[in-house]
Amino acid sequence: MSSSRMEVKNLNFYYAGNKLALKNITLPVYDKKVTALIGPSGCGKTTLLRCFNRMHDLYPGNRYEGEILLDGKNILDKDVDLMELRTKVGMVFQKPTPFPMSIFDNIAYGLKLQGIKNKTELKDRVEEALKNAALWEEVKDRLNQSAFSLSGGQQQRLCIARTIAVKPEVVLFDEPTSALDPISTSKIEELIVELKKDHTIVIVTHNMQQAARVSDYTAFMYLGELIEFDSTDVIFTKPNKKLTEDYISGRFG
Amino acid sequence: MEARKKALNQAKLFENVFKVVLGSAALFVGILLPLVIFISLYKESSLAINHFGVINFLTSTDWDPVAEKFGGLVPLMGTFIATFLATLIAAPISIGIAIFLVELSPNKLKPVFSTAIELLAGIPSIIYGMWGLFVMAPLFGEKIEPWLTENFQNVPLVGKLFEGSPTGIDVMTTSLVLSIMIIPFMSSVVKDAFNMVPSIMRESAYALGATKWEVIKQVMIPITASSIAGGLILSVGRALGETMAVTFLAGNVNQIPKSLFDPFTTITVALANQFTEADTAIYLSSLYFLALILFVISFFVLYLSKIMLLRLEKKWKV
Repeated sequence: MSSSRMEVKNLNFYYAGNKLALKNITLPVYDKKVTALIGPSGCGKTTLLRCFNRMHDLYPGNRYEGEILLDGKNILDKDVDLMELRTKVGMVFQKPTPFPMSIFDNIAYGLKLQGIKNKTELKDRVEEALKNAALWEEVKDRLNQSAFSLSGGQQQRLCIARTIAVKPEVVLFDEPTSALDPISTSKIEELIVELKKDHTIVIVTHNMQQAARVSDYTAFMYLGELIEFDSTDVIFTKPNKKLTEDYISGRFG
Repeated sequence: MEARKKALNQAKLFENVFKVVLGSAALFVGILLPLVIFISLYKESSLAINHFGVINFLTSTDWDPVAEKFGGLVPLMGTFIATFLATLIAAPISIGIAIFLVELSPNKLKPVFSTAIELLAGIPSIIYGMWGLFVMAPLFGEKIEPWLTENFQNVPLVGKLFEGSPTGIDVMTTSLVLSIMIIPFMSSVVKDAFNMVPSIMRESAYALGATKWEVIKQVMIPITASSIAGGLILSVGRALGETMAVTFLAGNVNQIPKSLFDPFTTITVALANQFTEADTAIYLSSLYFLALILFVISFFVLYLSKIMLLRLEKKWKV
């Protein structure tokens, strides 16, 4: 078993109005592995994912209790620089969200935010990110075109390229293929497996086959609680909890 | 069974009648009414159109009821100048207000601010006119304009704008009051545009480590650019047709203003002031021609703004 990159310890999360959404979650996120969060709608898996880059801080009234350690440092501390945290923990969303600019500028966006101004360096980093996101061959001749000219699947790979361009340690995927067709989906899945060479990955998915295909570890959540966490093999073949088995076998969900 | 059939037939009949009634109402208001207005304006102005010719009328600065010589250039320019300046002042303020309302103000205060600004739109324009005449005009004529003349008169290029005798009844006060009147519309359109951007769009920028200001400047404003432009143009449409406040403040002098302190006239001012005085057929017809010009300009401006606003909706309403 490899070492953990992130450690969630006794995490409670409250949405504005004191609505408890996560109950006492404790979970390791292993380095350079893919961890899948699964469970029925409303179980808190996306809520948990959005704790990892403190996305909840964008909306007032949300509150965390407990700890999430990243490289030993609690990212829930008050003095954490959120801009810096989010360059270490990147995120890809349910739908492609290209910015209204060229393909090149989309990838360069995060790099420029980090203060990289050198043209050659920007160019190299953009190319590297696009190659790592398996998009380079398709777009290398039209980097100056609007990102909206790409297909949905390409747009999502563009968003992945944009996220990994800043070399985050952890990449969060929030149902990244829910708006895509099967072929685009399988490309993204291959990509996710590829990405774990360099990144630690957490993915939220509604699709259990997807979790089984791409992840090394799986956490099953239900009603804001972590029911079971284990290697994906164990979760999908011989889960310890009855509830997990019922969900996996499609008895509810 | 029979009874149900009868009831159904009745309902169908009612539905058809309903359709025809509502359909004709929409047809009347949406297509016939503007057409009827256009035709009657055209009919009434045909005398002036034939007498002066369209190009001649549009390029002539004459407005001489005694000699019966009329041209539309002066009020047309006055309308453009006042509208342009009002939009120039209102645009940055409105965009600022919208950004504040959507991105910066505390959640609890949002509805309070929004409502307050939208209420401004409900104040009758004559009130703005009176306020402009009795409060703003003296303030500008006695305090602000003399100060501007003193300090900027000798600045090259800009200095010319601050020449002339400051009275407060002039281009400057008019444009300023006009800008205050269109700010509520402009800011509410821009605000709606910001709200239409899906939250994951802005979250994606935050997720890359952007600050609030970077998200607004580099993501929100570019995404909504066409809507912001549409909102600006929509407000231009309102400013073009605004009558009461402008009539109070423009001074109704038939000249193309050279300085911000010159009194001037606009199409609406000319119409409001002179319809009762128009004692000859050609005078009245010339006024109708001005009205027709304003009608056509407003129509195209509003059409353009609708196109721009629809663009954003198309992009995001999936």
